[in-house]
Amino acid sequence: MTTPAMDFTLTRSPFGHLCLTDAEGVRHEQVQVVRAFPIAAPDEGISLLSADGHELAWIAHLDQLDANTRRLIEDTLAARDFMPVLLRLKSVSSFATPSTWEVDTDRGPTRLVLRGEENIRRLPGGMLMIADEHGIQYLIRKLRGLDAHSRKLLDRFL
Amino acid sequence: MPGAAKTDSPTDAMSIADTASQAAPLLPAPWQSRLHDTLAADESVEAVLPLDLDDTLRFSEALLVLTDRRLISCPAEGDLRIWPLDTCFELHLGDHAGVASLALQDDTARLALWRFTLTHNPAALRFTRRFEQLRDALREGRPAGPIPAVLCAQCHAPLPPDEDDCPACSGTIDRPPSTWTLFRLWRFAKPYKGQLLLGFLLTLAATGATLVPPYLTMPLMDNVLIPYQNGQQIDTSLVTLYLGGLFASALVAWLLGWARTYILALFSERIGADLRTTTYDHLLRQSLEYFGNKRTGDLMARISSETDRICVFLSLHALDFATDVLMIIMTAIILASINPWLALVTLVPLPFIAWLIHLVRDRLRTGFDKTGRVWGEITSVLADTIPGIRVVKAFAQEKRESERFHEANRINLQANDKLNRVWSLFSPTVALLTEIGLLVVWAFGIWQVANNDITVGVLTAFLAYIGRFYGRLDSMSRIVSVTQKAAAGAKRVFDILDHASSVPEPTNPVHLGPVRGEITVAGVGFRYGNRSVLRDVDMVIQPGEMVGLVGHSGSGKSTLVNLMCRFYDVSEGAIRIDGIDVRSVPVTEYRKHIGLVLQEPFLFFGTIAENIAYGKPDATRDEVVAAARAAHAHEFILRLPQGYDSLVGERGQGLSGGERQRISIARALLIDPKILILDEATSSVDTETEKEIQKALDNLVRGRTTIAIAHRLSTLRKANRLVVMDRGRVVEEGDHDTLIDHRGFYWRLYEAQQRQVEGEAISPATAPAMPSAHTAGIAAEPALK
Repeated sequence: MTTPAMDFTLTRSPFGHLCLTDAEGVRHEQVQVVRAFPIAAPDEGISLLSADGHELAWIAHLDQLDANTRRLIEDTLAARDFMPVLLRLKSVSSFATPSTWEVDTDRGPTRLVLRGEENIRRLPGGMLMIADEHGIQYLIRKLRGLDAHSRKLLDRFL
Repeated sequence: MPGAAKTDSPTDAMSIADTASQAAPLLPAPWQSRLHDTLAADESVEAVLPLDLDDTLRFSEALLVLTDRRLISCPAEGDLRIWPLDTCFELHLGDHAGVASLALQDDTARLALWRFTLTHNPAALRFTRRFEQLRDALREGRPAGPIPAVLCAQCHAPLPPDEDDCPACSGTIDRPPSTWTLFRLWRFAKPYKGQLLLGFLLTLAATGATLVPPYLTMPLMDNVLIPYQNGQQIDTSLVTLYLGGLFASALVAWLLGWARTYILALFSERIGADLRTTTYDHLLRQSLEYFGNKRTGDLMARISSETDRICVFLSLHALDFATDVLMIIMTAIILASINPWLALVTLVPLPFIAWLIHLVRDRLRTGFDKTGRVWGEITSVLADTIPGIRVVKAFAQEKRESERFHEANRINLQANDKLNRVWSLFSPTVALLTEIGLLVVWAFGIWQVANNDITVGVLTAFLAYIGRFYGRLDSMSRIVSVTQKAAAGAKRVFDILDHASSVPEPTNPVHLGPVRGEITVAGVGFRYGNRSVLRDVDMVIQPGEMVGLVGHSGSGKSTLVNLMCRFYDVSEGAIRIDGIDVRSVPVTEYRKHIGLVLQEPFLFFGTIAENIAYGKPDATRDEVVAAARAAHAHEFILRLPQGYDSLVGERGQGLSGGERQRISIARALLIDPKILILDEATSSVDTETEKEIQKALDNLVRGRTTIAIAHRLSTLRKANRLVVMDRGRVVEEGDHDTLIDHRGFYWRLYEAQQRQVEGEAISPATAPAMPSAHTAGIAAEPALK
């Protein structure tokens, strides 16, 4: 997998958009980068889509890219993907929903409003996904990885 | 959310004038001092946007300020960044996965990018609108005019000056239900106040009656038995009196107990029934969004078993508990009146038991809450699997489904085991404390008798009372578990009742007169979770016009139609019928004017006639038959053994897809709606049947405003106009020929279907102008999906 089949070049426009020039020299503006499996396998299966949503290129793994392109893509993804990982529950306003939680995430402390218990979903592999009232998804990688206080609070909602 | 609103266009002078002074945004306190030196004395703040994310998408507070001359960005740390307003500036607002971004750019490059969570989206909309007003004014060299009135983000109605919530579409409330959930049942008990009072008085009397016998043991002991032991004769008349008293009190207690139990059981059954029907009614009023998020099994469990649990609690346990409390209070009073010291000693174990109950209560409640949720999980597995049984069997996944069920059961066992560990310890401990209490009374009593402080009769009476007293405590401790169970159940029921419908009934309803059927879609946006499904859709549909909605799957056609039916409410913009916002019309009144034919017709269990008359239960038989005739359903219905009285099953088993569809068309025809919505009405049937259905539809469409969605372009040959949608926006509009000439999106769709037609080698002579139902139908489907 060291010689990637990269038949396109990526550049960034002054407006901050990605531009892709494909093998035939056709230039696509406002290219979007999306992860196919943002939770299960974030580094695998990355797709470049045109502005109208058609796939332009498929990258099986980030490793296949040259350093420059990889950085461009990673920067774009970093500015786009927002799934804070819940590290700690500090407090919850009530054990009945809607409940406001004070939490620490890998992106700093914040508060979220849980509308109902059904907004906590179990994902394969013991992960939990918590959607707040504005549709932001918080991820808990491992329930057992949380400290006892957080687990105790969370357990009241599971 | 306070100030959830956005501004109207500057030309809308009407709404601006009167509330302009109220609308000037205030700088949030912490930022005021920071900006104090920066802002010029005559510089006015036009809009503010709080930001809660930084460049690396970490949570951090920042602020964006728009003044009449510049744009100021105040990051959490570091220096302010300032851009004097320029005519070439543009602000672009976008969002993805719950994060909104606002980009500032001039005509050569992007100058800055800010990010924030959707919490601040309404403020951002307001911010960009005001920015555009200022910039446009700058371009044209005129003053920008005052800040327009704050309008409700949902319905564009101006907000009252001192209120944050829109009166037209009252905002959602984030208050969690109180922990004293059970007391909220009072709402349901209120209509039965009289019965409840009677029941209470009876309880009081019955309890009093049961307390007479131990009291009589006192004189029986002191005046009869002890004197006899001391060598006196037994006074027969006295014995008769006491025994008669005992019997009479038992008889009275029995009678009163019977009356009390009967009356209170009636009462609790009625509360249970009211609770159940109210919850169901409330559930029916919820939007489709609510049902989409909930699991059927869980909802069913809440309405059926949880309400039943509450009912049993009220009729048995709460009743017993009330009796117990009365008994304890009365006993305590009697004991204290006989001998205060002994009474005090008797009551010593009481605080311990109360403490124990308190200790265990919380743990039990969470435990029961959890088992309730787990139980919902079990029923959910059933509700998932049983309707999907064909798929399960087809893919031979019985084992996997069985494992899912086992897993749900395992979690149930786990939750219950944990609970039982606490619970099993509880009862024996209470029993132990009871025994110790008796021991203390014996010891203290004997000591007092020895000191001649009390008679043997008093001690006997105390022991008799105390047996009851502690017996009640033991049963009272049992109430803890059932109360917690009922409270958990009540919470889950009230969760439904507290959920305000996201399609709220208007507070000041506007009634529709005779409906012409003009539909206006103005700047409509819709967000499902964090996914933006529709953006800025504008469309006017004239009365009687037939409009075809065309586009790939997921382009937002069905969502738009759902919004028109008011199954959901728009996130932005408005939908109007004859110029009236649909949100200001009572939901049921509005839906009366809408006929809906779906891809998968749903028939309820009942006769065919009942199914046709579903939307108008008082329809005459003639009307039903006329509707069936118009829907081309009459003849096949007559071929059924029981004609119109034939029973159709849960999902209409026994009828073919086309037959079911024609019944649902007849159903729509019968209510004679002004607006008709056909959502893929012919997609799930073969092409022969489609022709039949098409004929029925032609009858249906006549004289009505019709919105039809179809993958097969052939279905839309009668449409006056086609609206082409792609990824949540309207991309093209016009009739078939115009769109073909335009060679755009529609043309590509059409070509794709046409190629399929040619691929099937149909001779050109027989191929009509548009791909016929015959050929384009099923073959074209994959190309369009």
